Amino acid sequence: MYARSLLASQVTAGAPGGGAAAAALKGVERAFDRAFGGTANPLRHLGALGFFLFWVMAATGIYLFVFYDANVEGAYHSVERLMLKQPYAGGVIRSLHRYAADAFLLVAVLHLVRELVLGRFRGFRWFSWVSGVPLLWLMFASGVVGYWLAWDRLGQFVAIATTEWLDWLRIFGEPLARNFVAPESIGDRLFTLLLFIHIGIPLALLAGMYVHIQRISHADVYPARALACGVFTALLVLSLLKPAGAQGPADLASAPQTLGLDWFYLFIYPVMYWRSAGEAWALVIVVSLCFLALPLLPGRGREPIAQVSLANCNGCARCFADCPFGAIVMESRAGAAHGRPNAVVAADLCAGCGVCVGACPSATPFRSGETLVTGIDLPQRPINALREALEGMLASTVAPAPRLVVFGCDRGVRAETLAAPGISVFSLACVAVLPPAFVEYALRNGADGVVVATCGEECEYRQGARWTVARLTRRREPRLRANVPTERLRIVAAGRGQEALFGRALSEFHAALKRLPSARAAGLRPVARRSARRAG
Amino acid sequence: MNAPARYAVQGLLYAAFIAFVGYFANAPTYEPLAPGYALVRLSFSHGAQRKEPCRKRTAEELAKLPPNMRAPLDCPRERSSVIVELEMDGELLYRIVAPPTGLAGDGASTVYRRLTVKAGRHHFRARLSDNVKGEFNYAAERSIDLGAGRALLIDFNAGQGGFLFRM
Repeated sequence: MYARSLLASQVTAGAPGGGAAAAALKGVERAFDRAFGGTANPLRHLGALGFFLFWVMAATGIYLFVFYDANVEGAYHSVERLMLKQPYAGGVIRSLHRYAADAFLLVAVLHLVRELVLGRFRGFRWFSWVSGVPLLWLMFASGVVGYWLAWDRLGQFVAIATTEWLDWLRIFGEPLARNFVAPESIGDRLFTLLLFIHIGIPLALLAGMYVHIQRISHADVYPARALACGVFTALLVLSLLKPAGAQGPADLASAPQTLGLDWFYLFIYPVMYWRSAGEAWALVIVVSLCFLALPLLPGRGREPIAQVSLANCNGCARCFADCPFGAIVMESRAGAAHGRPNAVVAADLCAGCGVCVGACPSATPFRSGETLVTGIDLPQRPINALREALEGMLASTVAPAPRLVVFGCDRGVRAETLAAPGISVFSLACVAVLPPAFVEYALRNGADGVVVATCGEECEYRQGARWTVARLTRRREPRLRANVPTERLRIVAAGRGQEALFGRALSEFHAALKRLPSARAAGLRPVARRSARRAG
Repeated sequence: MNAPARYAVQGLLYAAFIAFVGYFANAPTYEPLAPGYALVRLSFSHGAQRKEPCRKRTAEELAKLPPNMRAPLDCPRERSSVIVELEMDGELLYRIVAPPTGLAGDGASTVYRRLTVKAGRHHFRARLSDNVKGEFNYAAERSIDLGAGRALLIDFNAGQGGFLFRM
């Protein structure tokens, strides 16, 4: 009964957000998982793809820089020469540079939409969200200047349109557009300046991207090899099939009448000429401000943050290593039990996920204290409550073997819907809250098998599923002890809405356990439960 | 999903990706200037006459000034606005009153304006006033054959005699 009430309160407290749009997005991502696999699914690694495409642009840009003549006469002709004289080298590289830039913007916008739909813009995530908005401006600025450099008809249009747009602000003494009214008004130094801007803005963008990921640890900046190869090959094929061409040299005595426009970067100019420069400014400023203000929207309220017990923290730094949001630092503090640096939780960075609790070596349920106090714990859902609930559930279960214990996540599959006689379900803030020793503890105290339901690639807290699997497969501290028979443990990756999938896995495991002897017969001797000790 | 099917679906999705990127990187085409139209750009930067003429300081006034500031002429800095009117085929196409730039109103008046007109032969007449009375002290007119897609620049340079029509 105690465990049931604990379960109910936990489910209520941790109800995941997201509506129909989030569910639809997850459906699409799962469909992509089937084709690409989780690690190479482009929709799940848009940020990493962005970094990859940035490096593609940087590498191709260096090659283009070598052949570029930064002057009025040479700008267009050097690009044209590159395309004509080395179509399979410079030509392809220029096309790759341009298409990678388009793909970069595309994945950045998809990344933004994905985080928006999943509600990942408020609370402890506000900094990552807000710091991403200026990156869009830098991306557009960099792309726009890139089109100037080619100095073809499109470059001419972009140069004049951009300066007319900037002139609306009336911040320059003389209209910038006057620099493009006649051929003699343009100097060679303009192209040198543009070249430096086209190098400088991407460097600023890279610095911004670095800042953008500062509040997450183990940031996903390198896509899986299969994904990187797939995207690069796709862009290479596109470059070969449809090389980026030039639209004739710039001629300031005429006005371009028809242009092949890059709608990814240049969409604002048709908007400007359709409406007005002021309205185009209003559009981008209002959209930017809306994005910046999104974190101010009321949310579900913050989870209480993790708390450190100095007396129980031995300074091992596992929580520091595992925290997905870099919310833990190790500092020397007065009152520390072992005289070593101890964990300190940064309140504004902590997600309250409890990944750190599962990493803490003092969170083992085998400790003899009446109350299990760990070095770091979630005050609203202490690990001691989980031990008590597990003990109570195992003591009260009278169902025939095999008896299963399921540990799941509030935001993952609704494992509690599958609770039945002989199947006890515990839902945690994140499945990574679970110290591996709890698996052994459950098996020694009456469970015949343990199921750990992770959210797989959909983990709300980024690394929860990854660390859980690594700990339970003995690849990361704290490891599951070697004496725990792995045939009695089943790790299932199933997200919210995949209850049927999870149910099938549960049934298969249940059937497999029936063919095994009981856990006790397999040599897992019981430990004296606290309840039994109290009774004694 | 078996491996061949997975690779096939991956191929299709990558194909859709490059089709999307490849298409919107160049298309649909955009027409900054409608067919049959030409562009007229009126653009110049000109410092108008001062609102008040320079005045010779008296000996008493000069004596009151620090030695390093005893300029014989007292010239109020503020300039008058520049008024420009551009007519095409006898009809007013554009009129602007361009104030001087600068916090003290002593900078040049700048104008940049793009006007879309139907292609063909047109008669342009431009007038400019740069004095406080508002009298048009510069004027020029020219008949020009403006082909579709051509850009006419109407500049102004007092040192070169006033308006300059350049194709």
